[in-house]
Amino acid sequence: MLERLLEVNNLEVSFKTYGGEVQAVRDVSFHVDKGEILAIVGESGSGKSVTVQSIMGLIPTPPGKIKNGEVLLEGQDLLKLSKRDMQKVKGSKISMVFQDPMTSLNPTMKVGKQIAESITTHQNIKGQEAKENAIDMIRRVGISNPAERYEQYPHEFSGGMRQRIMIAIALACHPKVLLADEPTTALDVTIQAQVLDLMKNLKDEMDTSIILITHDLGVVAETAERVAVMYGGMIVETAPVNELFNNPKHPYTWGLLESIPDIDAEDKKRLVPIEGAPPDLFSPPKGCPFAPRCKYAMDVCVEEMPPAFSIKDGHDAKCWLNDSRSPALKELVAAGRQFS
Amino acid sequence: MYIVKRILIMLLTIWVIASLTFLIMKFIPGDPFASDADVLPEEVLQNIRAKYNLDEPIAVQYVLYMKDLVTFDLGFSIQSETRSVNSIIADGAPASALLGLQALVIALALGLLLGIVAALNHNKVLDYASMFIAIIGISVPSFILAPLLIKYFAVEWGMLPVASWGTWQHSILPTLALAATPLAVIARFMRSSMLEVTNQNYIKTADAKGLSKTKLVIRHGIRNAILPVISFIGPLFVSLITGTFVIEKIFAIPGIGRYFVDSIFNRDYPVIMGTTIFFSVLLVLTLFIIDISYRYIDPRIKLTSGGE
Ligand SMILES: Nc1ncnc2c1ncn2[C@@H]1O[C@H](COP(=O)(O)OP(=O)(O)OP(=O)(O)O)[C@@H](O)[C@H]1O
Ligand code: SF4
Ligand SMILES: [Mg+2]
Repeated sequence: MLERLLEVNNLEVSFKTYGGEVQAVRDVSFHVDKGEILAIVGESGSGKSVTVQSIMGLIPTPPGKIKNGEVLLEGQDLLKLSKRDMQKVKGSKISMVFQDPMTSLNPTMKVGKQIAESITTHQNIKGQEAKENAIDMIRRVGISNPAERYEQYPHEFSGGMRQRIMIAIALACHPKVLLADEPTTALDVTIQAQVLDLMKNLKDEMDTSIILITHDLGVVAETAERVAVMYGGMIVETAPVNELFNNPKHPYTWGLLESIPDIDAEDKKRLVPIEGAPPDLFSPPKGCPFAPRCKYAMDVCVEEMPPAFSIKDGHDAKCWLNDSRSPALKELVAAGRQFS
Repeated sequence: MYIVKRILIMLLTIWVIASLTFLIMKFIPGDPFASDADVLPEEVLQNIRAKYNLDEPIAVQYVLYMKDLVTFDLGFSIQSETRSVNSIIADGAPASALLGLQALVIALALGLLLGIVAALNHNKVLDYASMFIAIIGISVPSFILAPLLIKYFAVEWGMLPVASWGTWQHSILPTLALAATPLAVIARFMRSSMLEVTNQNYIKTADAKGLSKTKLVIRHGIRNAILPVISFIGPLFVSLITGTFVIEKIFAIPGIGRYFVDSIFNRDYPVIMGTTIFFSVLLVLTLFIIDISYRYIDPRIKLTSGGE
């Protein structure tokens, strides 16, 4: 039986800027089960980072504001916690790995200290023992000579090594959920695979769940169990990985799948970007956010926000094409399938 | 190896400064004995000039001076013939050093504090208040601030002595007048440095660890924000030295600055040379110490890397 670990319900986040209010996240709901890897994909600006940063309480306020919603970790709403109580959760029950390992470590602090700091903050461990735990973490993320590495500064590490250190910091207190915001985007392809493998292995060892943000559907296919596709601040489709690749039900997802180059194909398909610009988050359309770029858009799409249509258990898509009244549904889905 | 190289460069710098000063000094029109020329007979003047080698060609004077300099002999003052330049410096140094160091410490301590407070309260009342103080500090020069301080704290309210030197109370007003501008500059510098650091990714990492605000600010914020400010201590030191000239004059403090200013008016060549060299040695040494400590504080810079 799967155990529900983290549940995000009706999350709404916006930022006040000079140009007006950016509605970065609009009514986002999803969940993560124990030991599961959930991938969040979507193009730049779709609200992926804002979503996970809200879970961590890392949204800068002002200009940001969480306007609505709840983030339930084992039933407890993190958004209702005081700053102080949230500090106890951050880094111990939930932790985060960021995109850019080159700038995410403090340049004037020994990397070992940066790991030990995480340990001493949340566990009743001090001095030498904390140091030994930190050295053990350095070893566990696959860095040799951990005791010597403890004493070194970030500039003495390569990008891949720094990301390993970031993972060591994040996992030092054995969190229940690890939020990884494009952890491998800044790395070389070969290093990317190593770091992803490392995260997967440590996840199994420590029984941690992972929310993995990525642009790379190849990474999704290899690592994740379930996928949430974000567009214009909303989750437009969620499904188990196989289901999403084989039976996508949203035109934006079709576009995403179309834009992955097929490595096995004889004639290498070029990467096809989805045409058009993302929606204006200052005044998002009342209907489907994808409508202006959607080949299949109908009158209803512009008029009314599509609800989440349940395709089958665990597979939802916010697209009017899944309404039984939609005439062209069958042909269109077939059209989508040919890209997968 | 790096240190040896640095020391050689320091000596070279001092030699260049000494030579340039020597040359420029000789081209200032005027004569140390201009006021005596009417009173004393020509032969006496001739004798006095000979005593200070002033009758020799400039090249010879230069060589003679440099020869004395390497033995740390700065010669005798022309104004008060009995006093050696070394003893003038030794007399004036304690007061000047106390004044300068007090101002340095206050400018750094309060400047950093003001900058940090401003940054932590970005765009709030405390930020605006700190920067208001800073702008006043930068725009009011010390020769205006000093008389104002004297007028209120000493004359009107009688809280502190008007001028001169002796007890620590005497040093308060000159220290404040001297420290005001550098304090303000440091505050602004620290504020922007701190704001920049606050936006760095590693601060997000530290925040995501669940650190308390205090630990976050001290361990990750201030430590990194202060680095660029350290490299600023060099220019700060220069402005303090030149500042002491004015302040010592206004408050009648028996420091070196006063002798330096007087010596220029009197064309007292040995004193001009001696004090200039003294100040440049001080400055070069300070820059050296800052450089070394910077390399110690910032792990990205290694002492062995020999510069770049
Ligand atoms: N601090 C902020 N101030 C103003 N707007 C913000 C801020 N942070 C995020 N946004 C806005 O919120 C929207 C969503 O941003 P977010 O960073 O979540 O996108 P993303 O999906 O993570 O994109 P990427 O793939 O580029 O990382 C963007 O339009 C962005 O401009
Ligand atoms: S709801 Fe309409 S516009 Fe939106 S994706 Fe579906 S078909 Fe396209
Ligand atoms: Mg992002």
